[in-house]
Amino acid sequence: MNFKNGWARLIERFVLQSEDDSPDRYRVLRRNLVMLMILITIIPLTIMAVIYQHEYQSSIKKEIINPLQTLANKSKHSFELFLEERLSVVRFIASSYSYEELSDQKTLSRIFKVLMEEYCCLVDLGLINDKGIQLSYAGPYEFLGKDYSKQSWFQEVVVKGDYISDVFMGYRQFPHVAIAVLRRTIEGSYLILRATIDTRKFDNIIASMGLDLESDAFLINREGILQTPSRFYGEILDHYPMSFPRGNYGPIVIEEVDPQKRDMLIAYAPFIRSDYILVLVKPRSAVLKSWYTLRTRMLFIFAISVVIILLVVLKLTDTVTKRVKEADEKRELAYREVHHAHKLSSIGRLAAGVAHEINNPMAIINEKAGLMKDLVGYDKQFGNKEKFLGLIQSILQSVERCKEITHRLLGFARRMEVQHVELDLNELVQETLGFLEKEALYRNIDLRLHMADDLPRISCDRGQLQQVFLNILTNALAAVKDGDHITITSWEENSDTVAVAVEDSGIGMPEETLRNIFEPFFTTKKGSGTGLGLAITYGIVKKMGGNIKAESKEGEGTTFTVYLPKEAKIAPGE
Amino acid sequence: MNILKILLVDDEEEFVTTLAERLELRGIQTRWATDGEEAIQMIESDPPQIVILDVMMPGLGGLEVLKRIKAQHPQIHVILLTGHGSTKEGIVGMRLGAFDYLMKPLDIEELIKKMQEAIKSRP
Repeated sequence: MNFKNGWARLIERFVLQSEDDSPDRYRVLRRNLVMLMILITIIPLTIMAVIYQHEYQSSIKKEIINPLQTLANKSKHSFELFLEERLSVVRFIASSYSYEELSDQKTLSRIFKVLMEEYCCLVDLGLINDKGIQLSYAGPYEFLGKDYSKQSWFQEVVVKGDYISDVFMGYRQFPHVAIAVLRRTIEGSYLILRATIDTRKFDNIIASMGLDLESDAFLINREGILQTPSRFYGEILDHYPMSFPRGNYGPIVIEEVDPQKRDMLIAYAPFIRSDYILVLVKPRSAVLKSWYTLRTRMLFIFAISVVIILLVVLKLTDTVTKRVKEADEKRELAYREVHHAHKLSSIGRLAAGVAHEINNPMAIINEKAGLMKDLVGYDKQFGNKEKFLGLIQSILQSVERCKEITHRLLGFARRMEVQHVELDLNELVQETLGFLEKEALYRNIDLRLHMADDLPRISCDRGQLQQVFLNILTNALAAVKDGDHITITSWEENSDTVAVAVEDSGIGMPEETLRNIFEPFFTTKKGSGTGLGLAITYGIVKKMGGNIKAESKEGEGTTFTVYLPKEAKIAPGE
Repeated sequence: MNILKILLVDDEEEFVTTLAERLELRGIQTRWATDGEEAIQMIESDPPQIVILDVMMPGLGGLEVLKRIKAQHPQIHVILLTGHGSTKEGIVGMRLGAFDYLMKPLDIEELIKKMQEAIKSRP
């Protein structure tokens, strides 16, 4: 409950911020509503989009990286198988022939010939003794008697038992790989059988990977020297331009920017028995193409959603703000009317009280002055008789004026009682005009009547209604110049209401005056008016259950419209 | 004109005494009372021809006094004085049997005229 209240208050505070009546109020309300609604719609949408994108991206990457890894691994196996096969053939020959047979040039040539037929890519075959001296050789070159004892591979094969060299360019400028195996003899010595393979087969294996034009696959050694030609990164024995992970590991995939500034996915698969590393390179964009199209589509949907949300929010907020404003205005108006009616009735009571209280002392003054007049009048010898009678007369006249004022005040207070009779509104208006026709005639004012012929009879208080039109018409006459015109129109407003409008082409009035026109004691006729005329009119019309409206433009004229119910409401008893 | 014998009833003593003196000056025999009870007693002891009666009085109100007078002495004319400016009490009073009503502050000539009319109207 507390939480709920707190929450409601927070929202209210955020949306309304202040309770002032500044004209910015609705703008602030609108702005806050828009902000709030955008916040609660777009933020979750954005979060969702981001999470979705992230998840999708990682899963897609896995989907793409796995095949890359597998391909690299499979190809690496092909290489290893090829090399292992060659190595085992050489090992087999080394162990199945005796030292004498192998060191015999003829036998070696025969073995080499058979091998050439069975296994592709062999270039030569030679036997080296434990001193590193080439004892026999079969192949295209003249290596007999060559001393290998100082070369590093010789040391390595003595220690490890076999050896696969890095790629090197042979004498005929073909890339070659040397393989060698050690065989121990019964005498405790050893001999080394060495074969050279050309690397055409490497290219075949790479070709069988079925790569597209964007991709690349090649071998490097652990020093980063290219062992097979690369499509993008150089020829054999060039230096591989990117850094790569050292040490032993299973096939891994790394994202990197290559020297051509392309985003690449690179799979590295190091060989187990030799120093080669298979490198498989694919451009990221090609690999993640499907992801990019998906992302574009998602962005598009996101953008469209945001635009739709914004449009809906703006429209909705506009409507809501307008409704709130209208409701506020209606409430304000209703409040003002109630307030006004209340004020009128309070003033009525006050007026009655004041008038009554003043009436009694006035009556006493009247009688005292009257008695003085009598006494002075009857006394034949009274000096200054004329002067005294004059003074008394002016006292009596002042009393008379006060009497008029109190009567008017009481009249204002008395408007609370209504007696209904059925009457013809047109007739009543014309009758009321009768009081003013002389003045209109004298001032040459054109009275134009547009009365509805079939105006229904209404039930109303005749005297008070006459008072209403008398007040309005008197005001209209006061507003127009000689020779101007006043138009009186009557019509049936709807099934319950009839209306009469009095339009003058007079001086009109400013907004400020218009707003206060029905306030008691508000007058523009300084000195001559009580400011009660229109207040009384307003009170009467309201009492009858009708309404009165004033519209005015300075310099153009004023229109008073009186709306009256056909069946007057019975005012609640006073 | 016959000598008129009237009774003036109003809670404002200043008002009644002054008006009484003015009427005496005009040869009208005037007595006065400042509340309803006193007025009823005076009427009982010596009934006047006309009672001028204020409607708004503390204690016994003017209309109540009017009812009692009309019950006891229907021949006495009653002229009501209303300080209220409203014709309502006047009309109610006339329905109760008052001859007429006048509004305060009043014109003495008008009062005398009304009294003469009242006397003339006596059946």
